[in-house]
Amino acid sequence: MPQIGRNERVRVSLTLDGKKVSGLAEPRMLLSDFLRQQLSAGAVHVGCEHGVCGACTIRVDGRAVRSCLMFAVQAQGCDIETAAGLAGEDGELDALQKAFRKNHALQCGYCTPGILMSVTSFLDSNPDAGEDELKDMLGGHLCRCTGYVGIMRAVLEYAAARRA
Amino acid sequence: MLSASARFTDDMPLRAGTLHAAVLRSPHAHAEIVSIDTTAAEAREGVVAVLTGADVKDVTTPFLIVVKEPMDQWCLAVDRVRFTGEAVAVVVAQDRYIAEDAVDDIAVVYKPLPAVISPLDAAKDGAPLVHEAVGRNVVSVREFTYGDPDRAFAEADHHVDLTIDYPRNSQTPLEGYVVVADYNRQDGVYDILSNFQGPFTVHPVMARALCVPGSRLRMRTAPFSGGGFGVKQAIFPYVVMCAVAARKVGRPVKWVEDRLEHLTAAIAAPNRVVRVEAAATKDGRVTALRYDQLDDYGAYLRPPMPGPLYRQHGVMTGPYDIPNMAITNRLVMTNKTPSGMVRGFGGPQSFYALERVMHRVAEVAGLDRLEVIRKNLVPADAFPYRACGGALLDSGNYQKAVDIAVGKGKLAALMKRRDAARKEGRLYGIGMAAVSDPAQSNMGYLSTIQTAEERKKSGHKGGNISFATVNMEPLGAISVTADSIPQGQGHATVLAQIVADQLGVPPDRITVNTEHDTHKDPWSIATGNYSCRFSSATAVACHKAAVEIRAKLARIAAQRLNVKAADIDFADGMVFARNNPGNALKLHRVAGVAHWQPGELPEGMEPGMRATGVWAPPELEPPNDQDQINTSLTYGFVFDFCGVEIDRDTGQVRIDKYVTMHDSGTILNPLLKDGQTYGAFAWGVGCALMEEFVYGPKGEFLSGTFADYLPPTIHEVPEPELYHLETPTTLTPLGAKGGAEGNVMSTPVCLANAVCDALGLENINLPMTPAKISALIHGEEPARPDTSTDKAGAGADRSRALTGQGSHTVPAAPEQVWAALIDADRLAAVIPGCHELELVGENEYRALVTLGVGPVSGRFKARVKLSDMKPPDAVTLSGDLAGPLGASSGSGRVRLTGVAGGTRVDYDYEVEITGRVAAIGGRMLDGAAGVVINQFFRRLTKRIHGADKTGDAGQLPFWRRLARKLGFGG
Ligand code: FES
Ligand code: FES
Repeated sequence: MPQIGRNERVRVSLTLDGKKVSGLAEPRMLLSDFLRQQLSAGAVHVGCEHGVCGACTIRVDGRAVRSCLMFAVQAQGCDIETAAGLAGEDGELDALQKAFRKNHALQCGYCTPGILMSVTSFLDSNPDAGEDELKDMLGGHLCRCTGYVGIMRAVLEYAAARRA
Repeated sequence: MLSASARFTDDMPLRAGTLHAAVLRSPHAHAEIVSIDTTAAEAREGVVAVLTGADVKDVTTPFLIVVKEPMDQWCLAVDRVRFTGEAVAVVVAQDRYIAEDAVDDIAVVYKPLPAVISPLDAAKDGAPLVHEAVGRNVVSVREFTYGDPDRAFAEADHHVDLTIDYPRNSQTPLEGYVVVADYNRQDGVYDILSNFQGPFTVHPVMARALCVPGSRLRMRTAPFSGGGFGVKQAIFPYVVMCAVAARKVGRPVKWVEDRLEHLTAAIAAPNRVVRVEAAATKDGRVTALRYDQLDDYGAYLRPPMPGPLYRQHGVMTGPYDIPNMAITNRLVMTNKTPSGMVRGFGGPQSFYALERVMHRVAEVAGLDRLEVIRKNLVPADAFPYRACGGALLDSGNYQKAVDIAVGKGKLAALMKRRDAARKEGRLYGIGMAAVSDPAQSNMGYLSTIQTAEERKKSGHKGGNISFATVNMEPLGAISVTADSIPQGQGHATVLAQIVADQLGVPPDRITVNTEHDTHKDPWSIATGNYSCRFSSATAVACHKAAVEIRAKLARIAAQRLNVKAADIDFADGMVFARNNPGNALKLHRVAGVAHWQPGELPEGMEPGMRATGVWAPPELEPPNDQDQINTSLTYGFVFDFCGVEIDRDTGQVRIDKYVTMHDSGTILNPLLKDGQTYGAFAWGVGCALMEEFVYGPKGEFLSGTFADYLPPTIHEVPEPELYHLETPTTLTPLGAKGGAEGNVMSTPVCLANAVCDALGLENINLPMTPAKISALIHGEEPARPDTSTDKAGAGADRSRALTGQGSHTVPAAPEQVWAALIDADRLAAVIPGCHELELVGENEYRALVTLGVGPVSGRFKARVKLSDMKPPDAVTLSGDLAGPLGASSGSGRVRLTGVAGGTRVDYDYEVEITGRVAAIGGRMLDGAAGVVINQFFRRLTKRIHGADKTGDAGQLPFWRRLARKLGFGG
């Protein structure tokens, strides 16, 4: 493992939603801060910075990860996906986002990007997940606005559509 | 928003050179600030300025408050801190990381003072004073009488009496506060971008504090806000803080609140102790209510406090026809975070008392609970109904709503389910609640805190004004701006729909911009997003503006189509003669006339196509001389019932079924309305079962993470069954009442009633956590059984007082152990994380240690004193520890006994912990203490043995000892 001095900044290069980008980070910089502040990744929302709320969830090499619990330097060379990459180039929403809109699964939208990333990652590895498993997965996210009703409906609808 | 291009305040572009702020906060609930040394912080590279109370006192005045008492508050503490987490200093630096480092460099010397935490204690004579200058903690008392309650109580068959202790909680939006402040020296304008949500009654408060006219405080909002729920009103002290900082450094200053700061210091709904009494006849008619309310506002009264104590005032009888009422309102200060606006705004507290007492009336009278509710509801033919406190309930059919809920929601089947469960010995209960859901607050309700005489002097306040603007551009594009400052409630959708309906175009053709800018948009003190103000306020203003535009367009078209304006209709982007749709013009052409051909406009019409609707309902009158006040414009109705099952072993409350019935008048958008209901319900569940800001006895704050303050997840929130009845209000042209708050008022008490039913309890307080319920079922938990020699934390309770005892055997003679314990150098080597230890007096040490608990670690300065020394048998250690993460003080007794194989060291200790460690590491403290103690004894053993092997290590020169400690040489 490379040693980095306490106040030294290192260049972290990674792929962000399909584009190669890089920025400077101190070893202690959180990945969530790095993505937001250095790389302008506005779809990374920070709700607690202690790993409870799930708002900062992104995909790192395909796996859903809470970016507030990772250091930027740990993401060196990784493939990072955020909710900003879900919609098409032309702004067309992807199927999960459409299901969210249709079911009124968001109000303020602060928790949404994190949930979208958990859902896609989870269903990629568990395509046949049923209601209980999906609920368990959503149990890792806090939403203060919706009471989860619309979120659950949207996720079930999307999961069913994916299977079909 | 879904395309993730949402622009929250923290996403907004910054002016080049923007600096970042971090706040130093008090680890004490109450202390004198003896000194603040900012030298080291200022010297740190990247730090531009450090501001303290002295700086803000120079350039600002204290915030205006509602009660005329000397309770000055600035944006940073001046001379004294009065709650854990109070802002003491702010560092402005190149980035947030540097600013936070510098916060740790600030050295503050506090002199702790006794703190008062419980409202009941605070109200007692001789309690420590939160504001000495006031001379007492109860800063306002008012008594009200409506009808003849004394007589009703004297004549009553039943007299029910309950005392409720409603906890502190908050809906804690997922996005914290964000402020970007800039100051323009040329024109003297503070330019603030923030997620402030209103009400703008606070705008004059901020402007006055900054000593500028309102026009020099420009408040702007971003397009989106990550949840508000009232909470984002209390950002205002930070707006002033950042404004002062920006002025000082001559550059923009940005501050983003983190979660610990939010939970500790942002805001809480006031906790309230209520004694509620009901007088009832034999057959369950409630004839009078008596409330004695003690509302706890924490350390400072921040405007618009004490709103929650008065916002419900006119409707303290709820949806019931109760002619007599007495209310005593007392407002008390304590050493806790200041209270503020939180969704429900006094409603959850009021209705908890009312619906608990209604439940008890049925029990005491031996009647069916639903019967008692039904019997007391305002009859359908009594509308418009003036409640004895002054609320004007304009419309409704409560009985019908209850019938629908009971029928469709299958209450009878639920009763059977309960009976069956009980037969099997399970703990199952049914709860009910009926509440009035008020919307669009009367801005004058708070003046009820004054006597009629005082009101005469200060002028009668009332009303609630709202604005919305509809604009059609030269090529026909339609845009809307409004003063509602949404936080995710979908206002834009509804506004587009309202305008679309008037102008006959699809809603997606309408651009709604909900950003607000006090320099350019219309606003009034009522502006903002709170107390369900949208549907009956801003939506109506928008409707008025759209109607005005439509009328204007109709007149232009009428002239050109040769028909009367009254015969013009709008559909599919066309304006046409109703009786001859072929006689038509394109909508954008008609609008264009007002821009391109002003000379051809009908007689007297002003050019341009922009209208601002203003809505100020006349029903919102000031309080009258009898202190009656119509606190809100509309009052919806909510009736809930539910079934809960309690796990006998764990005390967990499981919601088996929940039915909620709403009459919110005309529903403007069903999807959005239901979304609001589900959200309110979820928070109601959180309040009922999990959420509470917990303080230790000395005011240490103990709920600093989302693992301590527990918002419900999807697992705790079932989907409620939702039913609607639509009785339009006659008071607004759209017929809509509010509907976003109902369940935060009805759900907590409905669940509490169910739990009382399940366990046969007379009363219960929230939150109904498994620990609380278990204690009710099984009695208080016995002390942890003595299974280990080390019982660290055996006595630890919520106060985060860490107590423990244990014993270790050290393989050395008592004299050796004693020598190691009292020798500074040796002790330094065995104390985990100790960097320095020096003797500062006889048997008194000063030490620098690094300690970590769970996610946090920090450097602490410790002072330790040895006393009561009985060499080599026993010694008492006492002292305190202070650092950026918190402070603690405590003592312990160590006893040495010679045993076979060495010395048994018995110890017990008690330590009080405050500050950040208490707030976020509390859950881990017991474990951490155990680890540190074990480490200590391991090192002690090693040390003594090492000493044995090498002769007397204590005599080695310091550098050799250090080298050895660090693991090389020796
Ligand atoms: S911000 Fe990362 S989990 Fe909350
Ligand atoms: S939509 Fe606001 S937190 Fe989930």
